[in-house]
Amino acid sequence: MTNQEALTDYVLRLGDSALILGQRLCEWCGRAPAVEEEMALMNVGLDLIGQARNWMEYAVELQGQGQDADQLAFTRDAHQYRNLLLVEQPNGNYADTCARQYFYDAWHYFTLKALCDSSDARVAEIAAKGLKEVTYHLRRSSEWIKRLGDGTEQSHAKMQAAIDEIWTYTGEAFIADAVDEQMQAAGIGVDLALIHEQWRAHVEATLQEATLTCPDMQAYMQQGSKQGIHTERLGFILAEMQFLQRAYPHSTW
Amino acid sequence: MSDWPLYEVFVRSKHGLNHKHVGSVHAADAQMAIENARDLYTRRNEGVSLWVVPSNAITASAPDEKEPLFDPSQDKVYRHPTFYKLPAEVDNM
Amino acid sequence: MYAQLVDTGTTGVKSLQEMSAEERAFQEKIDAEIKIEAKNWMPEAYRRTLIRQISQHAHSEIVGMLPEGNWVTRAPTFKRKLQLMAKIQDEAGHGLYLYSAMETLGADRDDEIERLHRGEVKYSSIFNYPTLNWADMGTIGWLVDGAAIVNQVALQRTSYGPYSRAMIRICKEESFHQRQGYEILLTMMREGTDEQKAMVQDSINRFWWPSLMMFGPHDSDSPHTGQSMAWKIKRHTNDELRQRFIDQTIPQLEFLGCTVPDPDLKWNEARGHYDFGEIQWEEFYQVLKGNGPCNRERLRTRKNALDEGAWVREAAMVYAKKQQQKQQQNAA
Repeated sequence: MTNQEALTDYVLRLGDSALILGQRLCEWCGRAPAVEEEMALMNVGLDLIGQARNWMEYAVELQGQGQDADQLAFTRDAHQYRNLLLVEQPNGNYADTCARQYFYDAWHYFTLKALCDSSDARVAEIAAKGLKEVTYHLRRSSEWIKRLGDGTEQSHAKMQAAIDEIWTYTGEAFIADAVDEQMQAAGIGVDLALIHEQWRAHVEATLQEATLTCPDMQAYMQQGSKQGIHTERLGFILAEMQFLQRAYPHSTW
Repeated sequence: MSDWPLYEVFVRSKHGLNHKHVGSVHAADAQMAIENARDLYTRRNEGVSLWVVPSNAITASAPDEKEPLFDPSQDKVYRHPTFYKLPAEVDNM
Repeated sequence: MYAQLVDTGTTGVKSLQEMSAEERAFQEKIDAEIKIEAKNWMPEAYRRTLIRQISQHAHSEIVGMLPEGNWVTRAPTFKRKLQLMAKIQDEAGHGLYLYSAMETLGADRDDEIERLHRGEVKYSSIFNYPTLNWADMGTIGWLVDGAAIVNQVALQRTSYGPYSRAMIRICKEESFHQRQGYEILLTMMREGTDEQKAMVQDSINRFWWPSLMMFGPHDSDSPHTGQSMAWKIKRHTNDELRQRFIDQTIPQLEFLGCTVPDPDLKWNEARGHYDFGEIQWEEFYQVLKGNGPCNRERLRTRKNALDEGAWVREAAMVYAKKQQQKQQQNAA
């Protein structure tokens, strides 16, 4: 694989995860536990989808096939998507959504922070822009983990259950494949072992403060998204998200 | 129990200006109030700094005290520079 | 508009002679365009009418997120998705500004929301219509927000200070909504396929009459307009605003190359206004009563959101209290 091909894949992974999580947050519209949370979820969603667009605009330039970012987002099928399995998991209750968000935000934050020093100027630029937003996302979701974890007995139980449930999808991000290794060697991508360490420290500290039990860090982890093998959820997400582009192809909106 | 209390929100729109009251938000705690105020009152770059204050911590002057409180200042014209007439030669003081 | 048929709890407008000294001082202030602020004396009926009107308006903003939320997961491009999310977020924000203004009157937001969920108070009839195709996102921005803006611009001068300031903020933010909606339709009409153009016309056909109903019943059927106008919490009558909306909308409609489903619509040179056909008032009253196509569903969604979120809000309060106790212990 050329560096250019690997970089395209690498960039798509970042963009796809942001897009799919943004899409999940859109599903909360009108259903959040408080109107204030409605605003907050939509804000995070807007940030993520904006970041996804930045990554995809770069990806189409790298591909050089005359596509645009919309075509990438709205016409690829599930096996071509590279988002983490974590972000395609359903919203569930608010604890489920908070757990998913927090584990993603912690990964996202340390990843973008490291990518600010990428040898690829464009990657560094997009990461730096996103990092400001993600710093806020992480603070916000950490707080919710603590609120629900150390809130009532009921919220504690729900938060613990949510963490245990989604845990198996949290490891994939840190398992390096050939693309990750190639990008790290080129000074473009991050050192996943380092990110994992930072992530683990953040998660352990947050869960402890939230009076929650941290699941086994050595537990067996689901993976596959880096090769385009997803959970059954993604197909439905795309069916909904891509409906108009599929039903009315080659239309201007 | 589950109702979040009210906080009054003050936004500094630019460095060098005072914080100005813009409205209120509900939040469980002050930190959440800051975040909610950020999402609500500064979506369009309206601020560089936020204050939140529990609404019940604010003491307001009573409207029926308006006369004793504010009218006495009306006739203190000597507090204003225009009260002092100076010759044209030095009037840009 | 977003508040239709607001009951003032009064019959007829009192003359200055019939008023008590307090009432007279209050009315003279209003007549002199001096804003009423939260702590000022006000007639109880004024306070209650305002709570009713502002809460209806706020509820409308919040319920109004749902028809658009129905398409936010299916927006066709990045640009449209981001715009729609920003617009929906503004609506949540506008609901919150208005609840905040309402609470200065001593009303409690949670109580008012519960009353909404019990069906005791209303929100705008328009949000009980379904959004069936993507063009509806354009039509809602153009016609529905357009109709709302006509009313809200007038309400910027409303007599109650906090309401007026919320309206000014809302109008400033909302100016992008209508343009955004119109641009969606214009793009589909100018650059779209025949199928897309058909979507636009279908959408206008469905939303035209409900948009006109947003202004509420004829003046002759609005018993409370007189009092609301004397208090300046309403600045123009329903029929005046409706006419203004139609007059400014029809040229935009023609520019799109679309039509409205009203055979009686035509320019009246003598009046200097468009004439238009009679609104199906039976439908309007049925929708207000709860019999619109989406009433039950919209309310259920909002009620479920609140009910299912109760444990979350409670947890946040308990956590806040624990943190406070910890801080006090540390300080001691």
